[in-house]
Amino acid sequence: MDAVDGNAIGGLLHEVFGSEMTTTVSVCGTCGTARQVGELAVYAHAPGTVVRCPSCDNVLMVFVKIHDRTCVDLMGLAALG
Amino acid sequence: MAGTALRGRLTWQVAKVLAVAVETASVRTIMLDVPDWPGHQAGQHVDIRLTDEDGYVAERSYSIASAPGEPVALTVERLDDGEVSPYLTDELRAGDELELRGPIGGYFVWEPENGGPLLLLAGGSGIVPLRSILRHRERTGSAVPVRLLYSSRTLDDVIYRAELDKPAAGVEVFHTLTRHQPPGWSGYAGRVDAALLAEVVWPTSMTPLAYVCGPTNFVEAVSQTLVQAGYPPQRVKTERFGGTGGT
Repeated sequence: MDAVDGNAIGGLLHEVFGSEMTTTVSVCGTCGTARQVGELAVYAHAPGTVVRCPSCDNVLMVFVKIHDRTCVDLMGLAALG
Repeated sequence: MAGTALRGRLTWQVAKVLAVAVETASVRTIMLDVPDWPGHQAGQHVDIRLTDEDGYVAERSYSIASAPGEPVALTVERLDDGEVSPYLTDELRAGDELELRGPIGGYFVWEPENGGPLLLLAGGSGIVPLRSILRHRERTGSAVPVRLLYSSRTLDDVIYRAELDKPAAGVEVFHTLTRHQPPGWSGYAGRVDAALLAEVVWPTSMTPLAYVCGPTNFVEAVSQTLVQAGYPPQRVKTERFGGTGGT
């Protein structure tokens, strides 16, 4: 499955976090690589939206929309912002 | 101000279609009147939301083709198996309404103070945000030198061809056609690879800033080649569209 960039889900991230997030720095909880959210690898065709570390492929964030709610899992991140 | 446009809540709003222009057989540019548009930066995108009669919602992102200060224009390529693009390219007419939110994204943007020289690399409809950057450069009177390498399948698939044939001063445009080249074609032929890039790119000693946009496989191949050629990864901004079409 083809990945797109974190930039592509700028709208979803803004909806969840309430501000523009694509230039926010994230730190991978597995390999420690720091990157802007806009650079992360996004798989948007899964049942949810899965965001992975481009360096080690660890899952950083998962967003699943159910009706009007968005469930958010940020367990793969060491830091955001 | 672009800075203030990034803050505040991102809300869905209704835009009105002013006009639809034919770019190629499968590509249209949609000019929009967005009543509460806060202004955008070159390289940003919007989300479009279509809701059908039984409430099914489909959302997609589209890059903004116009420069900051110009009315919002989106250039959309028809994907035959798409849920949203066939409606936008085939059904939408002037006077129709469209739900959108934006502008979105602060990562794949360019302002004159970001400098250059700029290396713009487009595959297929990946030209769209780069066209916004080119127009923004021209409208702001920036003298940053630009080289654009644009990969299309055939000459008929080149979007904004007339505009790109008359680039502004300081902008060099290179085309490569991957599938078919017309008789007498003086541009490049074939996919963008290390040898082609070596002919076009700015030397790394000039600390160029690269923007790569197109289908995922195009962006991955081109950005990796640039990094192997010595471009620092943080000077190579990428925007992947997903899919494989268009180059």
